Amino acid sequence: MALFPDPFDTASTLQQALDTFRASRWLAPGPSGGGTYPPMNVFRKGDDFIIIAEVPGIKKSDLDVQVKGNTIRLAGTKSVNYTEKASLHRRERLAGRFDRAVTLPIEIDPDGVKAESRDGTLALFLPRAERDKPKSIQVA
Amino acid sequence: MADPQELAVREKKELVGKEEKTVPGRYYMPYTDIHETDDALTVVMEMPGVEKKDVIIALENDVLRVDGQIDFKKYEGMEPVYTEYNVGHYTRSFTLSNKIEQERIEAQLEDGVLTLTLPKTKEAQPRRISIG
Repeated sequence: MALFPDPFDTASTLQQALDTFRASRWLAPGPSGGGTYPPMNVFRKGDDFIIIAEVPGIKKSDLDVQVKGNTIRLAGTKSVNYTEKASLHRRERLAGRFDRAVTLPIEIDPDGVKAESRDGTLALFLPRAERDKPKSIQVA
Repeated sequence: MADPQELAVREKKELVGKEEKTVPGRYYMPYTDIHETDDALTVVMEMPGVEKKDVIIALENDVLRVDGQIDFKKYEGMEPVYTEYNVGHYTRSFTLSNKIEQERIEAQLEDGVLTLTLPKTKEAQPRRISIG
């Protein structure tokens, strides 16, 4: 099923869909626990899954992505640096460290996981393991 | 800096503007830092997901307006199963108190963070007067 049939209102359709799935228990808090940063969205594309996290101002070198079994760990530090002499008028950006682990309710192929960092977002491509894919069974 | 703090998640602030938009899509307020040195004002905004070509910066009547558009085409064919944040365009404007040299404004976008350097005009810079 195509979720976005009309490209003209892709924006509002997606935003409504995002709000709807906020209540989903897909990534229920598990024993892996840890922090809550960065915020993540999970999408399905065909058989595979994509996690997109917002990590503005975090350099690739400060991001640590680990995959073990069905658990994904995102850790790192975010720094906000200004010269000493500057006087601050407004300060809303936060700096600090983060460590988050999430356990997926599907089996993924750990060797096929790809991570891509672009424009302050981190995309994780998670291919579903072959043995976890649904199989059609011919009715004899 | 002291011992680094654990980062907390903050809900994005949706923008409630005076004017309504004619295009579909929601707007959010980018988190912004503003600091000033003797010769320039620096504005730093967080706009994750915005590409260089989709940033519009305008300065008119001392009002600095920054727009960052999200390309929703990237999300085509993707079905959300779990979400923690909403995706939308970013916009924010500031009234500048100092006189700015408009021609020398510089903008840089790196890792979703937009840094604007607004050089002050000569008249606006503090001048040290020595007593003869």
